[in-house]
Amino acid sequence: MTTSQSSVSFTTASVGKKVLMAITGILLIGFLIVHLIGNLQLFVGQEQLNKYAETLQSLGALKWGFRLFMLILAVVHVWKGVVLWLENQRARPVGYRREDTIQASLSSRTMIYTGLLILAFVVYHLLHFTVIATNPEYAQLKDSMGRMDVYSMVITGFSNYFIAAVYLIAMFLLAYHLSHAAESFFQTMGWANEKYLPKLKFLSNVFAIIIFLGYASMPIAVLLNYVTLPGGGF
Amino acid sequence: MNLTLYVWRQKNADDKGRMEKYEARDINHHMSFLEMLDVVNEGLIQQGTEPIAFDHDCREGICGTCSLMINGRAHGPEMATTVCQLHMRHFKDGDTIYIEPWRARAFPVLKDLVVDRSAFDRIMQAGGFVSINAGGAPDANALPIAKKDADTAMDAAACIGCGACVASCKNASAMLFVAAKVSQFASLPQGHAERKQRVEKMVAQMDREGFGNCTNYYECEAACPKEISVKFIAMMNREYLMATVTR
Repeated sequence: MTTSQSSVSFTTASVGKKVLMAITGILLIGFLIVHLIGNLQLFVGQEQLNKYAETLQSLGALKWGFRLFMLILAVVHVWKGVVLWLENQRARPVGYRREDTIQASLSSRTMIYTGLLILAFVVYHLLHFTVIATNPEYAQLKDSMGRMDVYSMVITGFSNYFIAAVYLIAMFLLAYHLSHAAESFFQTMGWANEKYLPKLKFLSNVFAIIIFLGYASMPIAVLLNYVTLPGGGF
Repeated sequence: MNLTLYVWRQKNADDKGRMEKYEARDINHHMSFLEMLDVVNEGLIQQGTEPIAFDHDCREGICGTCSLMINGRAHGPEMATTVCQLHMRHFKDGDTIYIEPWRARAFPVLKDLVVDRSAFDRIMQAGGFVSINAGGAPDANALPIAKKDADTAMDAAACIGCGACVASCKNASAMLFVAAKVSQFASLPQGHAERKQRVEKMVAQMDREGFGNCTNYYECEAACPKEISVKFIAMMNREYLMATVTR
């Protein structure tokens, strides 16, 4: 073994693709945590949430830079995920008549489906609350200081049972995806061993439940009238 | 005991193949699964029918030749057991048993239950060795190896290359096999010199053979008759990353 005859580059090699999935995935998880902390300001009140939203919107180039970065992460994660899935389909052209599963979790076996459903949700979510295309009436919501009234927008949005249900289902799928994803990150990066892997699996599930409860708390609080529109809404 | 078998029959690599039904009569529960198939084959030969082709060699669980998917599980229902060490007492009278070959693009079926596993040989040829200037055999204790490292290498070296990891993986990935081989060498001082080229070449060959990608199902670990841990996959990922970063 003198010179390297390896013609397969890192990003197309099986292990390299997985590392790309893992790194983009963990950065997307980082976004989920930051996004959740930001959103939970709904429980502080209208002033706090609207001020936060206004601050984010005022970041200008930084905001667009961040959005571009998130878009790249999402594109790489989805693209490599689909490529891996297609290759895996091709790796077994003739399947088994009888196939059993010993320990592969359902979440690990449904990553492509939960992943694509989450992608569909992200598109809807952006159209709903960011572009405000699905419910254009939100754009007229302004608070007393003339800012975009994100607080009222969220409450109005989640007051619709159908929309709240879509968000809750999506958050369940997200959590299900994460329960395998978070643990998988450590295995793929090579930071797991037989001692840590069971603990990582457990912590991965705990993390997924925290993310679900955190995000689900908002539509649930609205549906239970725990957070309500200031002065009766629009 | 009497059993109903559904067995994959395929004349050759070009044949489409089909499941065929056989009745296994008066099977002794002390028999191994392969001995049960021997009895069925005796009957088929007496009837003038082509016997069922299946791979087997040592019949003592160490050679890695036997390779049957039994009721959807590689090497059958018992953990840490090769088919030759699987005994009929684990089945009940009247059971229906599905017997299929390993399924993977990289393991084409040659005949009935026999598949071509030479893809594994080519992966080994790509880097699964240590290049040495062969001289006189060195003294056994000339090269001290920590107990922990020796144990890790031995655990990895327990791999018999049967391919159950590929067969049981939902993606037909060979990661556990390659990881065991890479880790075995990487754990020992003799293997250190070539560790970077080794992991890159073996992974590249694995990809060329058309195996699937690992998505961390860990089904391989559960199916492995030698209980090779998926920690070795993490170890190989680490080796691969280190090799790429420091190239």
